[in-house]
Amino acid sequence: MTQVNMTVNGKAASGDVEGRTLLSSFLRDQLKLTGTHVGCDTSQCGACVVHVDGVAVKSCTMLAAEADGAEVATIEGQANPDGSLNVIQQAFQDHHGLQCGFCTPGMVMSTAALLKDNPKPTETEVRAYLEGNICRCTGYHNIVKAIMAASGQDAGAIAAE
Amino acid sequence: MYNFEFEKPETVADAVAALGAEDAQALGGGQTLIPTLKQRLASPSTLVSLKNIAEMQGVCKGDDGSICIGGATNHATVAAEAGDYPALAETAAHIGDPAVRNRGTIGGSLANNDPSACYPAAALASGATIVTNSREIAADDYFQGMFTTALEEGEIVTEVRFPVPEKANYQKFVQPASRFALVGVFVAKYSDGVRVAITGASNDGVFRWAEAEAALSANFAPEALDGLSLSGDDMISDLHGTGAYRAHLCGVMTKRAVAAAA
Ligand SMILES: Cc1cc2nc3c(=O)[nH]c(=O)nc-3n(C[C@H](O)[C@H](O)[C@H](O)COP(=O)(O)OP(=O)(O)OC[C@H]3O[C@@H](n4cnc5c(N)ncnc54)[C@H](O)[C@@H]3O)c2cc1C
Ligand code: FES
Ligand code: FES
Repeated sequence: MTQVNMTVNGKAASGDVEGRTLLSSFLRDQLKLTGTHVGCDTSQCGACVVHVDGVAVKSCTMLAAEADGAEVATIEGQANPDGSLNVIQQAFQDHHGLQCGFCTPGMVMSTAALLKDNPKPTETEVRAYLEGNICRCTGYHNIVKAIMAASGQDAGAIAAE
Repeated sequence: MYNFEFEKPETVADAVAALGAEDAQALGGGQTLIPTLKQRLASPSTLVSLKNIAEMQGVCKGDDGSICIGGATNHATVAAEAGDYPALAETAAHIGDPAVRNRGTIGGSLANNDPSACYPAAALASGATIVTNSREIAADDYFQGMFTTALEEGEIVTEVRFPVPEKANYQKFVQPASRFALVGVFVAKYSDGVRVAITGASNDGVFRWAEAEAALSANFAPEALDGLSLSGDDMISDLHGTGAYRAHLCGVMTKRAVAAAA
């Protein structure tokens, strides 16, 4: 066991981990931050996406020990300080960008990473960026609409497919 | 996953020393190795992370104009910073998905030498030099078949040097489930000739297509490839495509790469 120390959603967090402890397990099992979902556990689905030092990563494919000293952001830290939904979360709600909600934490974290680098993405850029985030429910269409709305663009311009 | 110790040295020398321990293994971005460990297909005693080694990070320009990429540089950084070799930056920008590109490294990709990976085609078509902690290996000598390279036990890829071609392009026919290349063709035109490297197709891993290189060196145009074809007999056949289908794609993607080369 080795001790890891990191900042999670702005607060110091530490714990003892084995070499093999995944970042997703550390967040969910030790810090009880179960908003980060594990869908496939094989690096395919993106439900487990969190930010490490400002970039999106699949937390099921990173060791907790690799995040020692890092700044980690998860879905639990996304709401506004008063507890209301942030712009991305609100847009997902307004545009029905979720059904069962299993993929949503990863979708929101990937969207946040996209909009940080590219504040006004085109529909093509949005779809390309979400290549590693799989949703079994929505057919992606409303997710793309939500992201266009969250970036201040006209979601209505996305043609129905 | 079986358990292992975790180390994160800060110099190449310390990493090489740590890898000297019995059953120690290097960890790059973990995008291949961690899934492998989950399947219990490997059981290292210690993983030695290369991510904290500053001298293995980043993209720079060599004295001879070549692009040098640190062995632990992730795909997103290459996509953003290798603009002096646009086809290489574009190749990196289409590996996997954004989260994979934020972790996966060029050294890990070249060490793994997956028969469907993108960087092996870029390195072989560019005549790149693979620099390790102990020597320099020409790409032509480095790739030795599916998942096999010239690397010795415990040897690490510290840098990869790419001579910048006059024109180049990588065309990837995406296998939609894995997002690897079903067939990928990298074409690079240098002043002394054209090199064509193909990934995804052969049971022997990445290879150069000599006939296409000769034809394109004489005339760098898609028509120069008319009438040339590869045999599908020794190519990968799986549920995504037969060997014959892959052989056909090699020709199509090579033509597209020549037409798009800039
Ligand atoms: C969903 C998904 C999609 C992907 N799509 C693509 C794709 O389209 N194209 C593509 O090319 N790849 C793709 N990959 C693979 C990805 O690029 C990997 O990152 C890469 O193959 C391995 O790099 P790594 O740094 O993650 O290595 P690791 O997984 O850490 O290591 C892989 C192997 O290399 C060794 N190693 C690592 N670094 C070094 C080094 N510097 N020197 C010597 N040995 C080393 C390790 O010991 C291990 O044996 C994909 C992966 C995933 C999960
Ligand atoms: S749970 Fe990590 S990618 Fe699916
Ligand atoms: S909303 Fe159910 S998986 Fe996306």
